[in-house]
Amino acid sequence: MSVQDRIKEQIVSEKIMLYMKGTPQFPQCGFSGKTVQILQACGARFGAVDVLADPEIRQGIKDYSNWPTIPQLYINGEFIGGCDIITELYQKGELQKMVMAAQG
Amino acid sequence: MTDRVARIEQRLREALAPESIEIGDESHLHAGHEGAKGGGGHFAVTIVSAKFQGQNTVMRHRLVYDALGNMMQKEIHALSITALSPDEL
Repeated sequence: MSVQDRIKEQIVSEKIMLYMKGTPQFPQCGFSGKTVQILQACGARFGAVDVLADPEIRQGIKDYSNWPTIPQLYINGEFIGGCDIITELYQKGELQKMVMAAQG
Repeated sequence: MTDRVARIEQRLREALAPESIEIGDESHLHAGHEGAKGGGGHFAVTIVSAKFQGQNTVMRHRLVYDALGNMMQKEIHALSITALSPDEL
């Protein structure tokens, strides 16, 4: 299976999926860590993929979204944004609504 | 590093004709952490451009990333972006 096919399957395997450096418990980058904290503050139940554990995914997810940085958040398979955008959506109260809508 | 800042500014000025642009080099805040081993820098940019008018945040960030092109692969490890249109000031 190609990397892009793996990513397509992976992205929809959780309603809320975060591609990050490290794990939610042990983030390896401040931006990934901040994004995890915001998702947790929203009460989100989310899946996480550690791109440092898989170089193919690390590059592949950037190609998939045409977005050059990690972290990347997806809700229902749709690219939402990186750390700056997640922070902005949270401050506007929009991320909370998106999380609630996704989790039903 | 100052050379990188100058080249970031040049590329953004050429692509986005900004009314104002500020670039900060925050690399020293992140020296040595796991994610930055590749030697890329951490930068923060605040940019005001009419090209952001009517664009959502994802589209604005894409415009910035597109302007920086291959600098995003090695030289820039992380970029914090504040992208505003002139009427949002």
